Amino acid sequence: MAAGDRCGDRPGSHIEAHVVDPDVDLTDPAQRAETRPREWDILVAIAIGGLAGAEARYGLGLALPHRAGTFPWSTVLINATGCLLIGVLMVVLLELITPHRLARPFLGVGVLGGYTTYSTFAVDVVTLLHAHRIGTALGYLVTTLLLGAAAVWLGTVATRLVAGGRSRAAA
Amino acid sequence: MIALLVAVGAAVGAPARYLVDRAVQTRRTAHGPSALPVGTLTVNVIASFVLGLLAGLGTHVDSDVSALIGTGFCGALSTYSTFGFETMRLGGDGRARLAVGYVVASLVLGLGAAALAWWLGAALA
Repeated sequence: MAAGDRCGDRPGSHIEAHVVDPDVDLTDPAQRAETRPREWDILVAIAIGGLAGAEARYGLGLALPHRAGTFPWSTVLINATGCLLIGVLMVVLLELITPHRLARPFLGVGVLGGYTTYSTFAVDVVTLLHAHRIGTALGYLVTTLLLGAAAVWLGTVATRLVAGGRSRAAA
Repeated sequence: MIALLVAVGAAVGAPARYLVDRAVQTRRTAHGPSALPVGTLTVNVIASFVLGLLAGLGTHVDSDVSALIGTGFCGALSTYSTFGFETMRLGGDGRARLAVGYVVASLVLGLGAAALAWWLGAALA
């Protein structure tokens, strides 16, 4: 799927290479440490980020309304841009900088998690199927999957390209 | 008012995703490391079920409740960016079959939960 999306062979990234879940991945010792006390600030950062992301999603939905039974462009746009941004974010956090401990919880888990939505995608598909708009439902499903995957790839590759050789390991 | 309800729902939904994801991973890692991102899968399926229920109930759901629970809580509890990133990460790591399996599981369980809840909501309405 993403031939260029490899981190495992980068020097110095042996820990992060195992990270699959950008929200929280307990195979990463640093993230396991989050489960110890003093985690309240992490939860607050996630709540504030999630709130901001959800408001952005709500605002975009108001700006780009779609009638029932028609193609939900606003949700496609929200999920595709969220995927682009998490591609950028994870390269920056894992490869380019030594991030503040609240950076990933706030931006990745909070803002982008609150901004994008899987539930609306799922219910949109069911709603379209229920309205016998089979073609629109399938088109929406495939468009969301392909654009989401392409956006993560683009965000990852473009950020590495722009950063050039300035990886944390090389510094 | 609606925007405030969305904010409150999201401020609960986003940390709930983090805590559920972590709890699921803790259980799973006790049986060896989990290859499939079951934590994210779990929150996405739960949120799809709850939002499907609201959709099935239709006009019986107050618009304030819809903003709080639907747009706010379910929207923030579920995530597409994490799902997309995990899929591409698995694919890029040479675990393409697992990536495809993750997408299929998310679609079948997520859409299935939404459809089942919709049907349930419509029956209750």
